[in-house]
Amino acid sequence: MAHTTQPFEQPDALAKTEVGLQKLASGSLATAGALSPDLLGEKLVLNMGPSHPATHGVLRLVLEMDGELITKATPDLGYLHRGDEKIAENMTYNQFVPYTDRLDYLAPLANNVAYAMAVEKLMGWELPPRGQAIRVICCELARISSHLLGLGAFAMDTGALTVFMYTFTEREKIYNLCEVISGARFTTSYTRIGGMTRDLPEAFFPMVRKFLEEFPPSLDEVDGLLSRNRIFVDRTKDVGCISKEDAISFGISGPNLRGSGVDHDLRKRHPYLGYEQYDFDIPVGSAGDCYDRYLCRVEEMRQSVHILRQALDKLPSGPITVSDPKNLPPAKTSVMTKMEELIHHFILHTEGLKAPPGEVYFGAENPKGELGFYIQSKGGGVPHRLKIRAPSFVNLSILPKLLPGHFMSDVVAILGSLDFVMGECDR
Amino acid sequence: MALLNDIPWFLIAASVAKTLFLIFLVVLPLVSYTVYAERRVSALIQDRLGPNRTGFPISLFGFKKDLQLVLGGLGQPIADAVKFLLKEDFTPGHVNKVYFWMAPVLAMVPALSTLAVLPFGNYMFGQKMVVADVNVGILYVFAIASIGVYGIVLAGWSSNSKYPFLGGIRASSQMISYELSLGLSAVPVLMILGNLNLSDAIDYQVKNGWLLLPFTDGNLTLRELLLWVPVLISFIVFSISMFAETNRLPFDLPESETELVAGYHTEYSSMKFALFFLGEYAAMIAGSSVITVLFLGGWHIPFLPVNTLESSMTAPGAVLGLVHITAFFAKVAVLLGIFIWVRWTLPRFRFDQLMKLGWLYLFEIALVNIFITAAILALVR
Repeated sequence: MAHTTQPFEQPDALAKTEVGLQKLASGSLATAGALSPDLLGEKLVLNMGPSHPATHGVLRLVLEMDGELITKATPDLGYLHRGDEKIAENMTYNQFVPYTDRLDYLAPLANNVAYAMAVEKLMGWELPPRGQAIRVICCELARISSHLLGLGAFAMDTGALTVFMYTFTEREKIYNLCEVISGARFTTSYTRIGGMTRDLPEAFFPMVRKFLEEFPPSLDEVDGLLSRNRIFVDRTKDVGCISKEDAISFGISGPNLRGSGVDHDLRKRHPYLGYEQYDFDIPVGSAGDCYDRYLCRVEEMRQSVHILRQALDKLPSGPITVSDPKNLPPAKTSVMTKMEELIHHFILHTEGLKAPPGEVYFGAENPKGELGFYIQSKGGGVPHRLKIRAPSFVNLSILPKLLPGHFMSDVVAILGSLDFVMGECDR
Repeated sequence: MALLNDIPWFLIAASVAKTLFLIFLVVLPLVSYTVYAERRVSALIQDRLGPNRTGFPISLFGFKKDLQLVLGGLGQPIADAVKFLLKEDFTPGHVNKVYFWMAPVLAMVPALSTLAVLPFGNYMFGQKMVVADVNVGILYVFAIASIGVYGIVLAGWSSNSKYPFLGGIRASSQMISYELSLGLSAVPVLMILGNLNLSDAIDYQVKNGWLLLPFTDGNLTLRELLLWVPVLISFIVFSISMFAETNRLPFDLPESETELVAGYHTEYSSMKFALFFLGEYAAMIAGSSVITVLFLGGWHIPFLPVNTLESSMTAPGAVLGLVHITAFFAKVAVLLGIFIWVRWTLPRFRFDQLMKLGWLYLFEIALVNIFITAAILALVR
């Protein structure tokens, strides 16, 4: 490489030698290990990221290439590490809800729900039907929003820039819905342990109905632009194939797993939030290539629309929070007027709810895959240890196996089709 | 008038005047407004507004208000140019300075030089509206246009950085392979014309109808109808190759911003970057002009009288000359619109797919097309 691609003087003395270049590429990487032997100096070490248009955030890939062909790929993670799991140990359960917004920041509503469900499992609570239905609505809206971005970014990576704008127009409507639901467009923090911050406002229903009217035609348009587009199919078909066995052994989840032909969706396998009451299909791919993963996402959005319609049609009335006055904040009106409620309010918000000691794991089918929260409690309002099973992190683990043998251009297509979010991956 | 053309200084002065008119009054504004059109049309395609605010800063000259919203952002290209000029012209320390500085020039100059042999209008004031009416017209176009690749290759090479380097390599192999089908697809047209001179190409189309639309002369013979098939194939292959030659999506691999950050011009800034940027648009204009001349009858407007050398001295003749020039650039503008439309609709090819398309399909199609044309020309009288 030093002879073929670097004909001019390098300012950095270290880079002058072959060994130096390899050191430069791998030096800061404890995980990279030694590069494969390259005695002829034919290989190029390309540093893709952490700031690169196709890595969607701060993923860094150290690619070893022979011409345009990838021979070795080493992902380097952690540029967005904020220590969320450690932070969780230092605050009460409810205080951690806003941190879950920032995991998969394309589907904050779904993260809120998954986290609240995990803690509720620890508490042994089950939400009343209306609360569950509202959470289903939130989850499916978040799924559409996340898949839309995943789809748009994937199309953009393959060069179809316009699709990105079309999907963003639709996402904008979902943001408006989020604003109506929770007051915030992006970081919703809508759930609380044992319920939601507030019931769905009246203004939400006509808006979401309108969205459900407008969204499917728009999705069909995107579908029409890409699914039968010869260039797009050529770019994605038989590219980045993940076999069924690999997908399972690498612990891949979500549309990426189903694209490989594994019929596994937690909403069907381990129904939560009353998902068993809804009629919907799980799209499953066959080849496990980028194209199948793309098709899975498109179909999942259609199914989400179907679920949303059902949820809205038979939205039960009743309370939205569990009934456990000891562990839930009292009504604001009584806090302002009654002494006991004021004390209760104060205790609850300083010490947190009284969780029993124990260990729980709850995994929810998030847009990106199985988002799991493992909570170890020693009792009291603060988790002793909280582990987040981030689907993006697990899905990315296959990159070193998947990328070699592909072209440089395929790397962006594969990254786009895996649809990861670094906020969740690095947590 | 004919006598005046024999005087050398007059010829030189006329050429200089035509060059200045073409480059500074037509092509450079057209380049910057193509950029503007690209931004507005892409916005239209993508349900956005695009740059629609920038007016002309006439308040600098004492007027009370800038001409703004009414103009729909027409001042944007000027603002862009000023911005580029005022940016820091940074040359990174690790580049090879000579080639690094030469590359943007090599990207811009060939695109503009190509226009020298293209007849952009008929006669006006006793002058043929072409800077250099040479006999090897189309060969000159191919020769000069292929120099353009050096700008990109040198930029990629001299930047001494990996992403530009990959872009440079892609550019060289891409442009060389598409040059072949570009040249071959033009051969049937040249066989029909029997001449390499581009002015004669238009004269032929004035007499016999445009090559792509042979009915524009009012009658349609069997020979024209048969020839229309290879001409259409030529047109398609030529246009696709032109997309590849000008590095436009779906063939923008040297630049491919989602893969190679910005490809060959990653290390460039300020006006040097702008030269690459504008060079691409100038190449688009040159390419569209060649297509217009070869297939779409150049400046010719069907069923409108054609001014001759003598009539072009009269006032109506001069107006007609201006109309012809406008017609030429209107056709070019339509083709530019298609360039833009395609860019914002299609995804990008992968490198090997692009080479496959060039070598396995376009090359063969163009080659077979030559034989079809030859057969028709020989058999049908």
